[in-house]
Amino acid sequence: MLKLEKRPQPSQVWIYLTPLIAVLATMLAGSALFAFLGKDPAVAIRTIFWDPLFSEFAFYYRPQLLVKGAPLVLIAIGLSLGFRAGIWNIGAEGQYIIGALTGAGVGLAFYPMEAWFVFPLMVIAGALGGWAWAMIPGLLKVKFGTNEILVSLMLVYVAEQLLASMSLGLMKNPEGMGFPGSRNLQHYESAHNAELFTGTGMHWGVVVAFLAVITAYVLLNRHILGYHIRLTGQAPRAARFAGVVPARMILFCLGTAGALAGLAGMFEVAGPAGQVSIDFNVGYGFTAIIVAFLGRLHPVGILLAGALMALTYIGGEIAQSQLGLPAAAIQLFQGMLLFFLLAIDVMTNYRLAWQRREVA
Amino acid sequence: MKLNKILTTAAMALGLATTAMAEEPTKVGFVYVGPVGDGGWTYEHDQGRLAVEEEFGDKVETVYVESVPEGPDAERVMTQMALDGADLIFTTSFGFMDPTVNVAKKFPNVKFEHATGYKRAENLSTYGARFYEGRAVLGHIAGSMTESNIVGYIGSYPIPEVIRGINSAFIHAREANPDVEFKIIWAYTWFDPAKEADAAKVLIEQGADVIFQHTDSTAPQAAAQNAGDVITFGQASDMAEYKPKPRVSSIIDNWAPYYIERVRAVMEGTWESTDTWGGIASGMVEIGEITDVVPDDVKAEALAIKDSIASGEYHPFTGPINKQDGSQWLAEGETADDGTLLGMDFYVEGLTGKIPQ
Repeated sequence: MLKLEKRPQPSQVWIYLTPLIAVLATMLAGSALFAFLGKDPAVAIRTIFWDPLFSEFAFYYRPQLLVKGAPLVLIAIGLSLGFRAGIWNIGAEGQYIIGALTGAGVGLAFYPMEAWFVFPLMVIAGALGGWAWAMIPGLLKVKFGTNEILVSLMLVYVAEQLLASMSLGLMKNPEGMGFPGSRNLQHYESAHNAELFTGTGMHWGVVVAFLAVITAYVLLNRHILGYHIRLTGQAPRAARFAGVVPARMILFCLGTAGALAGLAGMFEVAGPAGQVSIDFNVGYGFTAIIVAFLGRLHPVGILLAGALMALTYIGGEIAQSQLGLPAAAIQLFQGMLLFFLLAIDVMTNYRLAWQRREVA
Repeated sequence: MKLNKILTTAAMALGLATTAMAEEPTKVGFVYVGPVGDGGWTYEHDQGRLAVEEEFGDKVETVYVESVPEGPDAERVMTQMALDGADLIFTTSFGFMDPTVNVAKKFPNVKFEHATGYKRAENLSTYGARFYEGRAVLGHIAGSMTESNIVGYIGSYPIPEVIRGINSAFIHAREANPDVEFKIIWAYTWFDPAKEADAAKVLIEQGADVIFQHTDSTAPQAAAQNAGDVITFGQASDMAEYKPKPRVSSIIDNWAPYYIERVRAVMEGTWESTDTWGGIASGMVEIGEITDVVPDDVKAEALAIKDSIASGEYHPFTGPINKQDGSQWLAEGETADDGTLLGMDFYVEGLTGKIPQ
């Protein structure tokens, strides 16, 4: 009979194979789901995966992939450092919100002055805001041994309340007829994170996301700090012998993740979103966790995974409007991806083996 | 801008294509903030969409995307509908305002209709309903029915539309019962059954025996039903499954006539950018059946208020009305103008608590 047997070493082949099989399995199970909903599964799959890239209107969707994928990649890169070292920052959504608030706050404070330094200051403020928010679980863990999973997650809800309060109070647009939400930064040139080349979707956030991928790659493969991060995750005791100070590692990983999430929020609020509003956050911080794992915590993997998630979002919307698929079916489809990834991941550390039944 | 040009060209090409093939059905898109099954706000908009399909049959094709986040995602969904050849797009949440304005700019040949906003353009209309008229009727029932003299109110966001509703309900509850107090909880969501149920439970624990909601799910109705002696009102939709109690009446948004009229205007080429604010008189706001739980005399009074609003004889905001701080807002016999109502950011006298800032 079939039996799972632990591998002596994680399988290198399966590490790379798992995401591919998970995507294929998702497509198959998704097809079944769409068929049950009375839609042609082939058309649905084509609409989700093919149309955003190659259909008649791909000229609009391709840039949108960058817009949708950039924050995911930026946040996931930060998270992956901590995840590798066994530091679980679940609160990137909160750090994303705070980065947006501090970034937009600086921009709004300068309104309506037009000056070259407004945007750089906003970038710095966004990164610092996210960093500071992540330092709360970091310092609490280092000083008092609290669980960073819980603290960082709870701080998401605190950040959401703060966002609502800012949209209704301090940052409310004085010319907004009493409606909540800040001024639209898209109409304030010095603060607007506009497309660098019109029609490409390429804004500063996309540039920074690519830079983050490259930096993380170099860091993990060429730098002693990257080695320490990997070592801490794989063998904490050995890391300590190698001179790694756990507290410093925790603060570094959480701080970096926070700063990148804060940057993502700042670029979003100053660009595609344009304004601080109560519903500004749409879950990038949580989706980025899926992206980080789907990308095997590897910078290049995360880049690809971010693109794939963005594709399912945009393709999913097309499928909704063209085929009349319900939103829940698309969300289920995205959820399946993580489910299959985790399920098939078993094969990385275990293998199937035939076991002869022993004769009594 | 280059993208604008590309999009405009694409839109124009499509526009030409539709004129060339007169047989092509008119394509109408709907962007929803919640799921079509929310049983409230989005559900009623979708009923309007179905009514359009029923009215025009093969001559119309409708598409919709539900649960669209307010922000860049909304902008993409609208752009995609326009690219796919929509002739008319309804965006049904206040938070879609700036995205709708942006997309309308890129597609001058596509008509847009934004619900509950105030920014218009050549190809962008706004529409909304005078829900406060309905709140006046329900407020009277609430004030007459409460025994604890505490009415709970679940607000979504502190925006003028919601504040208007609170003020209108309160004024008419006080008229029926000078001792009534309102307790208001802000849920900061249009649709979150768990949060809405929690808010309802908290209000009931604080002694409220009447619950108003300005959120879209039926969760507060269920919470009231479990609590026993509490009455509620259907919001946006009739929520008839909770009849005859807790739901004793409801405000129903009836978008169907408006949607049909606007789609017809596009078909006939008579569409123009307008601002529509319909109420009980035009049928956009309906009062759902008042159940037998409400005593006959209260029911008769409530219906009398409804009729007088419908005939234009009575305005729910008729002076004397003071603001919360005691300063005068409307003098004896004066009625509120639409401008003030649209931007309402204050409570009337007698309400306790502050609007979140």
